[in-house]
Amino acid sequence: MVDFLFNHPVGVTLLTVAKALALLVPLLVAVAMMTLAERKIMAAIQLRRGPNVVGPFGLLQPFADAIKMIMKETIIPTGANRVLFLMAPMLTFALAMIAWAVIPVNDGWAIADINVGILYLFAISSMGVYGIIIAGWASNSKYPFMGALRSAAQMVSYEVSMGFVIVTVLLCVGSLNLNAIVKAQETIWFVIPLFPMAIIFFISTLAETNRSPFDLPEGESEIVAGFFVEYSSMSFALFFLGEYANMFLMAAMTTILFLGGWLPPFGIEPFTWIPGPVWFVLKICFIMFVFVWVRATFPRYRYDQLMRLGWKVFLPFSLFYLVLVAGVLLAMGWLPKAV
Amino acid sequence: MIASLAFYIFATILLVSAGMVVTARNPVHSVLFLVLAFFNAAALFLLAGAEFLAMILVIVYVGAVAVLFLFVVMMLDINFAQLREGFQRYLPIGATVAVILLAELAIVLGGWTLAPQSAGLRAAPMDPAVSNTVQLGKILYTDYILLFQASGLVLLVAMIGAIVLTLRDRGFSRNQSVAVQLARTPANTMELLDLASGKGTKGIDFLRPKAREPEPVADTHDDHKGHH
Repeated sequence: MVDFLFNHPVGVTLLTVAKALALLVPLLVAVAMMTLAERKIMAAIQLRRGPNVVGPFGLLQPFADAIKMIMKETIIPTGANRVLFLMAPMLTFALAMIAWAVIPVNDGWAIADINVGILYLFAISSMGVYGIIIAGWASNSKYPFMGALRSAAQMVSYEVSMGFVIVTVLLCVGSLNLNAIVKAQETIWFVIPLFPMAIIFFISTLAETNRSPFDLPEGESEIVAGFFVEYSSMSFALFFLGEYANMFLMAAMTTILFLGGWLPPFGIEPFTWIPGPVWFVLKICFIMFVFVWVRATFPRYRYDQLMRLGWKVFLPFSLFYLVLVAGVLLAMGWLPKAV
Repeated sequence: MIASLAFYIFATILLVSAGMVVTARNPVHSVLFLVLAFFNAAALFLLAGAEFLAMILVIVYVGAVAVLFLFVVMMLDINFAQLREGFQRYLPIGATVAVILLAELAIVLGGWTLAPQSAGLRAAPMDPAVSNTVQLGKILYTDYILLFQASGLVLLVAMIGAIVLTLRDRGFSRNQSVAVQLARTPANTMELLDLASGKGTKGIDFLRPKAREPEPVADTHDDHKGHH
């Protein structure tokens, strides 16, 4: 049996599919619960009750929403480009899913433990913009198109400073492998020595996932709902799922790069009893909470402010900090040995 | 077996989508096929064991260059009929370029078949124990540092050139100066007045925004008093 699973091509395929399901099913349940958690947390911040009717504490609300979405009619506008219009939400959703292939949940617990894991994540997250652009263009309508243009410019801008943050972390690790990045944080999590970069990375992930206060692509006060104005029913639900899965992905990236992945906060007794995946999930939950917290706290940025922040503040600062970190590592002889 | 099957699948999609880039009627479709071509080229790099190049190809070309392409092509108002008009006229030039490229490819492939070892002479030795990325870094930042820096400079010059060509003050843009805004104090933006009841502020104009007057371009916020 073991031999069949690890050596026979069919067995390997079955095992990989099983692994993918073991990761994606909890992820999708987490996405569903996140929509509820977001509404509950925002309600608590705004002194409301939040959804509390469907099921105990409103726990079944996401499933009620999903059933409502499935029952509705998928409307394709007459002038829309049918193929691209339907492809866009699928692309967004699929990209949000495939990125999880390299995320290590525990030491070596990744579906694909590849050498260039962080580059893979960066590549997939930079492709996320296509779902939005294609949706905006294929809708053949003004508001979606405006939303798509805003989104494209925003995501490309913030990727630059995200890249510099990643390079800074890589300087301290000496490897592109996600497993190695986490293991390099055994003595100290990178959030402490690289604190400013962690903040920049987090804010850039807000912009990258089109979350408040950078949710201009779907700014409802100006462009209704941005790039998914024309979407309804399941095609809308796929966008929704994809966006939330992307938020989880960015939270996982922040956890791996700065919060020590599956590692406990201190490598001593009571903390080490809790298994790694639990720590990993706890850290992701914390970052997701901050996502919602930010949304309930800050007003939306104006577009020129957003661009100024990305290009004139984050880019020069992250470049400066990159040089600083490289200089310190070189001067102190702390540069990691080439693997 | 699986690897060669994957190679043929990716190569076929690559060639077909490259063909579609040229033949697609809608320019947006062309760009999307170009993205597909880039993506399959990255997959071919992966099959060849060049994982770093594959990922960089996706990040740079798919994630940034093609997005900007798409951005521009979507914004253009293209007349498809007009686009087809020049086809006859440009055919000879295009064909010449294609023939030259084909001839060069034939020369490269010919050299490859006649002397299979010749390519290996100029290649750096591979160490299978060291990862692809580390090897590239070791070569790029030592033997080829001059070329590497020179290409960086070329890109820098191109970037500055593009900025110089396009950056101009149109005279009506309302740029904000953050420093000016932060330096604002209550003293230079508002004034407290004692008004008799029932009189209002008529005659004391400066409490109202002077919207009718043309505003100066720079620091619009601190040279006229009043509420915004």
